Amino acid sequence: MATFPTDLRYSADHEWVDDSVPATVGITDTATEALGDIVYLELPSVGDVIEAGSVIGEVESTKSVSELFAPVSGTVVEVNRQAIDDPSVVNADPYGDGWLLKVQVSGEGELMDAEAYEVLTQEG
Amino acid sequence: MTHRTSPLHAEHVALGATLTDFAGWQMPLRYTSDIAEHTAVREAAGLFDLSHMGEIAVVGPQAARALDHALVGNLSALGVDRARYTMLCQPDGAVIDDVVVYRLAPERFVVVANASNVEVVLAELTERAAGFDARVIDMSPDTALIAVQGPRSLEIVSLVAPGQEEVLAGMRYYAGATVRVLGVDAYVSRTGYTGEDGFELYVPHSLAADLWRTLLDVGASRGLVPAGLAARDSLRLEAGMPLYGNEIDRTTTPFEAGLGRIVRLDKTDDDGAPLDFVGRAALEGRKGAQPARVLVGLQGLGRRAARSGYPVLASTQPGAVEVGAVTSGAPSPTLGYPIALAYVTPEVSAEGTELGVDVRGRAEPFRVVPYPFYRRPEQ
Repeated sequence: MATFPTDLRYSADHEWVDDSVPATVGITDTATEALGDIVYLELPSVGDVIEAGSVIGEVESTKSVSELFAPVSGTVVEVNRQAIDDPSVVNADPYGDGWLLKVQVSGEGELMDAEAYEVLTQEG
Repeated sequence: MTHRTSPLHAEHVALGATLTDFAGWQMPLRYTSDIAEHTAVREAAGLFDLSHMGEIAVVGPQAARALDHALVGNLSALGVDRARYTMLCQPDGAVIDDVVVYRLAPERFVVVANASNVEVVLAELTERAAGFDARVIDMSPDTALIAVQGPRSLEIVSLVAPGQEEVLAGMRYYAGATVRVLGVDAYVSRTGYTGEDGFELYVPHSLAADLWRTLLDVGASRGLVPAGLAARDSLRLEAGMPLYGNEIDRTTTPFEAGLGRIVRLDKTDDDGAPLDFVGRAALEGRKGAQPARVLVGLQGLGRRAARSGYPVLASTQPGAVEVGAVTSGAPSPTLGYPIALAYVTPEVSAEGTELGVDVRGRAEPFRVVPYPFYRRPEQ
């Protein structure tokens, strides 16, 4: 069904990360479609040190809520204020304007390529 | 696992709906956006497929008496072409299902049950009607239920029932009538589960797809959009309406749920003696007694929403004692803040009481408020 951008890598918890420096982090459209309309984002603050696999925030929709897991370890250098102010941008453009964080990466969690992630979502 | 599908399944697929498993059925969760569908119902109209609900006819000279015995309401007193919200309770007073009962004729009733409970309601009604001259017939296999809800619903439904506009316009809340819809007899009632004006149309499967498409066709220019179960849930929560499995179930009585008024201990038999019904003795004992827990409305003072099952705390202070549990909760699309229904101990149930809710490990502030959280503006 869904195909995922091949220039990104993915966590099993439906986050994506790109290979820029600092790295951009967001959630996939598999996550946004499962959630429905996102109304509230709770994100870490700039300067926070995050650890891959740990809970670093929440994504809440009218229907449900998901925890946000760090796909990488490192230091948060920027959060998407626009998405916090209007979370609908995460539904509308999860790989673009709906990004969540920029992280100075010190280590990675278990990440997979688009093909492997697609297999995972189809198993789900 | 196989799911049952509605007679409108192909319509949902064609509209690109996201489907969800609901009580063994595959039903539309949303078509586009939960909030857009919710807002359309508040501001214009939404179209819902509710064909998963069960319709059970109770027919015969003693149909009314059978239902008086089987349900907590006084169905003998229900007028023809009127509907009533009532419950089927266990002998111990706990709720098996909440239902809407229609009286189509003096000796013909239809009980509308929740999808998850159709089989048990059918079995209970059959057993409870056994001593009466009445038959219990499951109409669900050939009944589709389509709801049009929202301020423009009268205008839209009138367009598919030419010549019946006055019948529809004159129909009171919780009334119904057999109406010619697209040339076929349908049962149409002014009922719903959204807090808005609206209609529910009971039609044979053969008419369902035609009616659905025609309503979308004529309704589109009037703001009608198809709406899924996600919007239905947020709409009913804003309207403070209980959901079976959340606010009411086999561990709750109607009194705890704040619905004691529907338990008609005053109903009488033909001789004027108190009429015995299933659950009566237990419910009599509960009436007037302070329940151990009461259902309250909560308004979130922060942004994080309480969800079903979350513990309610006496305060947001560390170590605050647990005083209840949330049954339903969401960020309200209409109001813009979190709302919830919760069972709490009576001591903390007064309006204005500030409580905490344990939202995934962090206590968030909530205040006890009256519900419905939302009331539609006067027309």
